[in-house]
Amino acid sequence: MAASMSGTTLALGGAVFIVLLLFLRLVIILRSLGRGKLSRGSNGTRLKVLVIAGSGGHTTEILRLLGSLSDAYSPRVYVLADTDKMSEEKIRTFEAGREKDGRNSEFSLERIPRSREVRQSYITSVASTLYAALYSFPLVFRHSPDLILCNGPGTCIPICAAGFSMRLLGLKAVQQVYVESMCRVQTVSLSGQIMYYFADHLIVQWQSLKEKYPKAVYLGRVV
Amino acid sequence: MKPKKTVFVTVGTTSFDALVQVASSRQLCQQFQALGYSKVLLQIGRGVYEPEPVSKRGFTVEYYRYKDSIAEDIKNASLIISHAGAGSVLESLGAGKPLIVVINQLLMGNHQMELAYQLYLDGHLLYATCCNLLEVLSELDTAKLKPFPPGDTSKFSNFLDKAMGLS
Repeated sequence: MAASMSGTTLALGGAVFIVLLLFLRLVIILRSLGRGKLSRGSNGTRLKVLVIAGSGGHTTEILRLLGSLSDAYSPRVYVLADTDKMSEEKIRTFEAGREKDGRNSEFSLERIPRSREVRQSYITSVASTLYAALYSFPLVFRHSPDLILCNGPGTCIPICAAGFSMRLLGLKAVQQVYVESMCRVQTVSLSGQIMYYFADHLIVQWQSLKEKYPKAVYLGRVV
Repeated sequence: MKPKKTVFVTVGTTSFDALVQVASSRQLCQQFQALGYSKVLLQIGRGVYEPEPVSKRGFTVEYYRYKDSIAEDIKNASLIISHAGAGSVLESLGAGKPLIVVINQLLMGNHQMELAYQLYLDGHLLYATCCNLLEVLSELDTAKLKPFPPGDTSKFSNFLDKAMGLS
């Protein structure tokens, strides 16, 4: 009886200790966001990028951003929602264009359940986001990217949570960059509001948002 | 033969009956003709109101519901009258076409409005409601609209290269 009591106490104590450690690590990471130096993987100067193609205009915008990046940003892993019909074609066209131009076109596609449909209520969104997370965590851990690049919408949250967890657990310092859509002039999207706290860099494209979100990066219009 | 000047009206994926109704009305059609347009082409989405097709004395009104891409219709138009959706707005401005955005007051507060309104403030497009579309049209001076060049993606790549320690 006494032995099992002390066993339970020990397990509890251990759990509390681990939670405290994780919390401490969380605080340290949150304070160091955007300042961390990139830890290079086995690829030398190449960066494995996980790109979240958020559907519709989001995909168009992120592909334009990718178009400006050098060959160092490869291979590229595109993540798209399973309900998204259009993005795959846009991505394949984009990568084919790169190949034609003699640039690096090493890429792959991954599909995950969509975490939030347009106008879905917040409560059911939480449930479907958790469901999407079940797919996102193994995906991110398997690919172990150097950089996660996204611009919303909700699909990016579980992926970014997985990337952040890799960092929290000390597995890899996955950098996260969120680019708010050019369509956002006065208000930041829900995913943007979340990523304001967890991304290394949140880029906004209008001065009015920089004033509301001082930690954000404003470079003018980039798409 | 004089080239046909077309007005292209687009409501996007949903519906905007009030715009379709007003843009195809007799009053507006007279105004379009007075301004030298000879064709009104409407993309009406899943609207309930169907405009009456017109084809007489060198003036036509046609409509369709959806197309995979409206790029061709934008390219062929001399004036675009659009809902506030970011896709249509950016596609029209990207093609360098004069654009009047008509706001749907039923959708007030929708974030899609933000961009159209800002681009109106910056002088890239005109802003109207279904009620004052006629007035906006009669005062239309397309030469006053500023071009809307694409954003500078190299600012993004330069920033990212620095942030990632590549440069």
